[in-house]
Amino acid sequence: MEVEDILKIGDVEINNRLFVGTGKYSGNRMMQDVLVAADADVTTVALRRVDSSAPVESILDYIPPKCRVMVNTSGARNADEAIRIARLAKASGAGNWIKVEVVADSKYLLPDNLETLKATETLVKEGFVVFPYMSPDLSVARRLADCGAAAVMPLGSPIGSNRGLRTKELVEILIHEIKAPIIVDAGLGKPSDACICMEMGCAAVLVNTAIAVSGNPVEIARAFRMAVQAGRRAYLSGLPEESIRASASSPLTGFLRDDHKSA
Amino acid sequence: MDFYDTFCKNKDIDFINLFGALSDRDVERAMTRENMGLMDFLTLLSPAAGKHLEPLAQKAHETTLRHFGKTIQLYTPLYVSDHCDNQCLYCSFNAKNPIARTKLTLKEVEREAAFIAATGLRHILLLTGESRKESPVAYLRDCVGILKRYFHSIAIEVYPLTEAEYESLVAQGVDGLTIYQETYDEKIYDRIHQSGPKKDFRFRLAAPERGAGCRMRQVTIGALLGLSDWRKEVFFAGLHAHYLQDRFPDVEIGVSVPRLRPHAGKFKPLSIVSDKDLVQIIIALRLFLPRLGISLSTRENSQLRDNLVPLGITRLSAGSSTGVGERIATGGQYDAFRQFEIADHRSIAEMIVSLRDKGYDPILSDWCPI
Repeated sequence: MEVEDILKIGDVEINNRLFVGTGKYSGNRMMQDVLVAADADVTTVALRRVDSSAPVESILDYIPPKCRVMVNTSGARNADEAIRIARLAKASGAGNWIKVEVVADSKYLLPDNLETLKATETLVKEGFVVFPYMSPDLSVARRLADCGAAAVMPLGSPIGSNRGLRTKELVEILIHEIKAPIIVDAGLGKPSDACICMEMGCAAVLVNTAIAVSGNPVEIARAFRMAVQAGRRAYLSGLPEESIRASASSPLTGFLRDDHKSA
Repeated sequence: MDFYDTFCKNKDIDFINLFGALSDRDVERAMTRENMGLMDFLTLLSPAAGKHLEPLAQKAHETTLRHFGKTIQLYTPLYVSDHCDNQCLYCSFNAKNPIARTKLTLKEVEREAAFIAATGLRHILLLTGESRKESPVAYLRDCVGILKRYFHSIAIEVYPLTEAEYESLVAQGVDGLTIYQETYDEKIYDRIHQSGPKKDFRFRLAAPERGAGCRMRQVTIGALLGLSDWRKEVFFAGLHAHYLQDRFPDVEIGVSVPRLRPHAGKFKPLSIVSDKDLVQIIIALRLFLPRLGISLSTRENSQLRDNLVPLGITRLSAGSSTGVGERIATGGQYDAFRQFEIADHRSIAEMIVSLRDKGYDPILSDWCPI
């Protein structure tokens, strides 16, 4: 019998722990096919790509109904801009789930933790459900969780790099120390990277580039979904300790069994 | 201290000997590097690299895909005045050209804006000639006041301004600055800019950093290819972009790669840049600066533009007109002149279809005014 395994954010229950981003696709229809193939419950959308006044289609028209939109503040260079984008998103009907993304570095796209913290503090007070994207740092993660972030989203490696979980040691510390869910965001390049995150105990992962620029985005979305499920199940099962040495099954008490056999 | 100091440290490089000494082996070595330095950039611009274009193109394509995905940002130019005090040998706006000059009234600016916005495009590039009398900063501010009702992102390509002037335009709603140095060769610069305020090489050279320091979101620079040896020009444009990226990490830096086009004058290119050279230029820029925006205008024909997109292009102009008020000319008749002849006449709607056919998502709005 399957164990029910739900991620709860406030009153919202999330079955699928693979969150999927909507950037870099060749078109909205491909993005929609990916969300369906991933069976995504949560997707991130950059408000800057949502043009409600457009005479042509909007990206939001292509989000499957079951999928909850988390608007990201992509483009914000400081807390003030992130806050204004979040308010604009809410006012335009895109909901109050906000991924705070403050990037003041156009070369590596690494987040500005200090501005992220400032924006998170303000937005939580205003009633937003806030998911801050950050460089994994324990002190900042603690403050984010303390001020009411719904989850903390450390990067695995720089956005779009597909380099996998290069921040593993630091993310492990966050998993152990932070009570809020830890969702690894950015840099995961392969389904096995996502699986590792889930085996470690991450609450979810967010994947975009690795799916969007794949030769077959729909198939790799399915692969990511399965990898996330496998990793989560492994985590819930309790992974065995690792060792660099081979170990016999019963090195010290095997003789008892031998005695028993001879008896 | 500004970019001129960095420029001076590099301007006496012996390019001829340096390029001549680079081998296939050097190109292969540069190609494998994750983070490229200036020497690698020079290697990619060398004649030796011209023999390795296909593997370099593959790497440039993969790098572009990883950083920008299958998206292309579209924008269109809006010329509001062709009055100009400069005598630039390569430009139709040259003050000496005996042509009738035009400047749009604010009502006409609004009509053009509404015409363009009806296509769904939300990025506009506002252009003028250099005449502080006919198109002063106050006029530009008024134009921006109208444009911001129709567009999410307003960039300017006008004469170089002071910091205070850039600040006032940013406050009004401008978020992007495009300014080309035309040529990084000071002697040629002086010769082809025969008179007018544009003769001041250093004031123009420092304009991108003045704009970037005033909270522009996007700054695009470049050289007009054909005015001097392209390898040197692109090296300095890349060096300039690298300097700006380092100094203003929160500003998106871009480079445009315009080739000289026919215009209302007799000036002929001083250096020929072939299609193959253009390919090498785009590849070298992409691999040297992986996060760099690279723009390609309608100076190039549709077929070439389509083929260049996968190599590293991130921004394309579309539905372009290089004449003042051309879009709203009555009955489709347009008798005035254009800054230069365009080679890709596709409308914005046609560009959208064309990009989608090739598996790219045309981005009509990449910012929301906040």
